[in-house]
Amino acid sequence: MDAIRIEGLRFGWGKTEPLLEIETLTVARGERLFLRGASGSGKSTLLGLVTGVLAADAGTVSVLGNDLARISASERDRLRAERMGVIFQMFNLLPYLSVIGNVTLGCDFAPKRRKRIDGSTQAEARRLLARLGLTDEALLARSVRDLSVGQQQRVAAARALIGGPDIVIADEPTSALDAGSRDRFIELLVEETARTGATLLFVSHDAALGHHFDRAIDIGEINSRAQVAA
Amino acid sequence: MTALLRLAWRSLRDRFSTAVLTIVAVAVAVALFVGVEKVRTGVKENFTSTLSGTHLIVGARTGQVNLLLAAVFRIGNASANVTWATYQDIAARPDVEWTIPLSLGDNHRGYRVLGTREAYFEHYRYARGRSLEFAEGVQFDGLYDAVIGAQVARELGYGIGSELVLTHGLGAGGITDHEDRPFRVVGILKPTGTPVDRTIHVSLEAITAIHVGWETGTRNPLADTIPEEMFAQFDLTPKDITAILVGLKSQKTLLRTQRDINTYNREALVAVIPSQGFGELWTITGIAETALQAVSAFVVVVGLVTILVSILTSLNERRREMAILRAVGAGPGHVFALMLLEAALLALIGGVLGVVLVYGGLALLGPWVTQTYGVVIAAGWPGVFDAKVVGAVVLAALVMGLWPAARAFSRSVADGLTVKV
Repeated sequence: MDAIRIEGLRFGWGKTEPLLEIETLTVARGERLFLRGASGSGKSTLLGLVTGVLAADAGTVSVLGNDLARISASERDRLRAERMGVIFQMFNLLPYLSVIGNVTLGCDFAPKRRKRIDGSTQAEARRLLARLGLTDEALLARSVRDLSVGQQQRVAAARALIGGPDIVIADEPTSALDAGSRDRFIELLVEETARTGATLLFVSHDAALGHHFDRAIDIGEINSRAQVAA
Repeated sequence: MTALLRLAWRSLRDRFSTAVLTIVAVAVAVALFVGVEKVRTGVKENFTSTLSGTHLIVGARTGQVNLLLAAVFRIGNASANVTWATYQDIAARPDVEWTIPLSLGDNHRGYRVLGTREAYFEHYRYARGRSLEFAEGVQFDGLYDAVIGAQVARELGYGIGSELVLTHGLGAGGITDHEDRPFRVVGILKPTGTPVDRTIHVSLEAITAIHVGWETGTRNPLADTIPEEMFAQFDLTPKDITAILVGLKSQKTLLRTQRDINTYNREALVAVIPSQGFGELWTITGIAETALQAVSAFVVVVGLVTILVSILTSLNERRREMAILRAVGAGPGHVFALMLLEAALLALIGGVLGVVLVYGGLALLGPWVTQTYGVVIAAGWPGVFDAKVVGAVVLAALVMGLWPAARAFSRSVADGLTVKV
């Protein structure tokens, strides 16, 4: 069973021309896929479709064996909560929650994910943060507003990784980081997903990052609408 | 739900200034609504508890509210008087147990003077059967003895032995003073929270005595030449009085006695059953009460609209927050519920704070209100009514919260995970 399988996908915003038309895309379980593409090429929209937040106009999006069109909206939400972890570009954290509160946030909506954790979610959050290099207790007690962008992205990664999700989706998570921080962050992410066996779908406009991953594709290669626009 | 409640609470704390201002707006609105109700019921209770144990109030024929206000609350004047002969007739009825004659007319520095008999101190009851008690001194015995209410003593600084000069009618002092016949305070009553506190009580005979020489309505200078010893030989029995409080031997005869007095053939009289008089009074004041309640209810609506505005204006800047919640597994229903919970929390905190404001305010300012306006409004503890008001405000906030909740819901569906704020 593939982690993600897309066939005959078509999606557009409203009644405008379709933004995405993908004949086929398959991501194997445990694979670390790099998806590159220019801004506005539909990368984030594709992630919205894969996470079940957006619904395809036509075609099949199958995630972990679940055809997203055939399950209800609440089942899609549950699938995302229980089995996926998502990292955004920036402004990734809820400013009114503590570092630990942000990391454990997803567990509040996913009882099964919480059950997969040995011990308390807080202890697991601390363990993950430590693996990502955030061990300073004073820092953990601080408001997330006081963290640097790099530290915020590591907290966001810990939130995506807690409870061992089957798929980790990262949407331009390194665009606000300098080159050194960016590479360290990707290495940590790849290492952690490899350790848990999670599938990683990493999206960025920066083609230079491709060497960190098992496979790299350009969205323009799979999206026939992009080819039309070109 | 606990997780959402925690999120709603922390989100509100994060928007501290807006949340506090919204809560204050709701609190003030609820305080006004509850306060108006407390004052309304307090005033009603004060009025009702002013008189207890009296079966009938008898006066010259007039409206029953007019007689009630004049005889019991010392507000306004009776349209006419009752002759002393009629009073004696009524007092002698076999079904009558006791009577209290009341004669109103003069004042002392704005406080009404009541001419009455010793029966007043024996039979007058207020607040479900409480009798008058003396804080100091005794009831009047001599012709120029006066018993003053607690507020008179406190406000004017009078004690036992203080002298006071009555003023003719309800005018200010000056040429209409009865300065030739000053009174001496012999007794001070304990506070009652009724108009008794603001009354100067003297004997009926004293009222007659100070009006010797005032038969034409103005002072006759020759009256001053009458030596005091001569007054003792005068018949000071009043010719007429303002009203009579009547206590019956049996409640069963109430309606018959009332009918007899109303059809008394020597004089046009009216006998008012206090509860019926109060009933008519509430009917009159009911319109103003309803208007007041409506105004305070509208203020509550304005308070609720502030909640709506506060949440609606925050929606745009919170699209990223919604996207993060959606990404970690929250459904649109969770986003919807989060908005509703925020509205409910603002309303609940504002509502509770409003009730605390009212009861705290009453506890602090109650004595001042009583002293200034003579109205006793018990602070006590919040009760079922207050809980219902807070509940209704929370419910209304939930209904109002449907709008921003629906907008957040639809935006979170449309935005998905792709918001770039």
